[in-house]
Amino acid sequence: MSSKTLYQKLVDSHTVVKLDEENVLLFCDLHLMNEYTSPQAFAGLNEKDRGVLIPGQNVSVVSHIIPTHNEAPRRIADPASSLQASNLKKNCVKHNIPLFDTDDALQGIEHVVSPEHGMVRPGMVIICGDSHTTTYGALGALGFGIGTSEVEHVLATQTLVYRLAKNMRIQINGVLPVGTTSKDMILNIISQIGAKGAIGYVVEFCGSALEDLSTEARFTLCNMAVEAGARGALIAPDKTAIDYVLARSPDIVGEIKDRALAHWAGLYSDKDALFEKEYAFDATDMAPFVTWGTSPDQAIAINASIPTKDSIKDPVDRLSLEQALKYTKLADGQALEGTPIEHVFIGSCTNGRIEDLRNVVAVIGNRKVAAGVRAMVVPGSGAVKAQAEREGIADKLIAAGFEWRKPGCSMCLAMNDDVLTSGTRCASTTNRNFEGRQGRGAITHLMSPAMAAAAAVTGKITDVRKLQGTENA
Amino acid sequence: MHKQSTIQGHAAALRIANFDTDQVMPKQFLRGIDKSGLAAGLFYDLRFDENGKPKPDFFLNKPTYTSTDVLIAGPNYGCGSSREHAVWGMQQFGFKAVIASSFAEIFYSNAMGNGLLLIVLSEDQVQSLMKEADDEGAPIPIDIDIENLTVRTQQHEFKFTMSARHHRMFLEGLDVIGLTLKYKSQIDSFAQSHWEKQPWVKDVARKTVDRLTA
Repeated sequence: MSSKTLYQKLVDSHTVVKLDEENVLLFCDLHLMNEYTSPQAFAGLNEKDRGVLIPGQNVSVVSHIIPTHNEAPRRIADPASSLQASNLKKNCVKHNIPLFDTDDALQGIEHVVSPEHGMVRPGMVIICGDSHTTTYGALGALGFGIGTSEVEHVLATQTLVYRLAKNMRIQINGVLPVGTTSKDMILNIISQIGAKGAIGYVVEFCGSALEDLSTEARFTLCNMAVEAGARGALIAPDKTAIDYVLARSPDIVGEIKDRALAHWAGLYSDKDALFEKEYAFDATDMAPFVTWGTSPDQAIAINASIPTKDSIKDPVDRLSLEQALKYTKLADGQALEGTPIEHVFIGSCTNGRIEDLRNVVAVIGNRKVAAGVRAMVVPGSGAVKAQAEREGIADKLIAAGFEWRKPGCSMCLAMNDDVLTSGTRCASTTNRNFEGRQGRGAITHLMSPAMAAAAAVTGKITDVRKLQGTENA
Repeated sequence: MHKQSTIQGHAAALRIANFDTDQVMPKQFLRGIDKSGLAAGLFYDLRFDENGKPKPDFFLNKPTYTSTDVLIAGPNYGCGSSREHAVWGMQQFGFKAVIASSFAEIFYSNAMGNGLLLIVLSEDQVQSLMKEADDEGAPIPIDIDIENLTVRTQQHEFKFTMSARHHRMFLEGLDVIGLTLKYKSQIDSFAQSHWEKQPWVKDVARKTVDRLTA
């Protein structure tokens, strides 16, 4: 038998029919839905009088449009958004699909909610009408985003017409230095391979640097692979991943557990498997990374300078730099460190988990949010929120002057009322620094939760390493 | 999807790389439960100022450019969010095709599935079309022969490729879900054997939510 990559093993084990040389009919184990990319899919089913083939493999979460104010019960004031939520409920009830509704204690961001309760298991194929579905690669599951037409296709058939991707391997050896996280790692990688560097590929991350990363840190890494254009991201499941899953899956016990462990033990790329493209990085050299532009690949180490126009030979890239700097109101060649910020946002499917919040309080210590800065923390889910409150994290954040809010996607894409005004500069733990993403004219600097915490307490973009060990300064 | 074998249109250039779907269709236009009304949101921040007034300098707002229905765009067009609203909005605005050296993959699937033709050319070829369009100062007539996979302007003629499946979808107009449902017995038997091998994935969503609410 020929050698296979992990990706090929996952595709093969989910292929119902090979349609042609490029496409297979791919069986999907878990389909996640939200309120804004699913309504037209349900409407399409209704128009053709089609049903949902296997409802128990589908789940919905109200995530994108929900306000994060501290009120109970939660209320969606915007009538159109409220209709999206009630419409989702109507569709889920009609088709017998489980739902985390607006006021459910466990509601949150779909990519935080589903793995934390054990719905994501190694070897699964998971799709969602949301690009950050690549997150699940952290557990050895093939996840990827789809459009609404494909949401309809999955609902009706529990399969997708799937175009096969090529294989890329990104090896990261060494150990991340103090003050850096997997967010810095992925921003660094994207800055080097580019926002289109992984188009056409599913990326497998490997190397000794991953061994030390927690599952949550790996979620961050795989989550942002899509910002390099990747069609999916994978990490072969190891003890860390399997322990995470078993701790959340009380149904996997006894004989089932033995069979699951045996199955998962086969989820790796064979030694001679062919990767069409390979990259290698050394984590030892990595510094905290921050974006300066309007694409996630426009990022530099905190102690570096924005590239100069003259250093960029490619005319398309040079124009991009000029357009980006005009928007972010920065100059080529300048340093980012010391740039004043007015807003801090901590949350999202990239960095809205409990470890991210622990990292934030570890940095702030006894410090307070700087004068003139508004700092928001939006936990990724109700479960994350409750845990942070139990651990005393919420109290520390509130005492330091952060807003402690209810869970949702919030200011990552600003579809609810958490929107920045034009010209506001934001230190953000999210995944996209696109023009207008957090509000028209607002300027987003992507960074790790620790770096966002440092920005919150200093009022400017700050190298978190300079704060560490000087807690009471 | 309706059949298409040729597109006779007018092309103009949008010289922005990594033009993401947030810019194609901003968040405030994603609050519907149907597909309607999206033309108003297309390229909103480029077309309108903060008071909602058209920006006179943006090419699509100039009277000479109202016939534009083919976009010549920068690399990695359609990156970012999976929102299919970006495709529906482009079509409702009147766009029939986009030409670029690369497209983000979710956008590519969304567009081709809806019959918005995406043509991948080399960056040099894209640049030469952009130059031709910019020199003209107006949208340039463009003929796209989908059957023979050629794109022709006054100055240039280029071949392009697409997957055999997408080619057939354009030429024959297919109901993809209807076609897949013909495999329903294979899907059913696949699911049974899949769950025999991996019983821990069967009804994983339903079982998890039932456990959490028990």
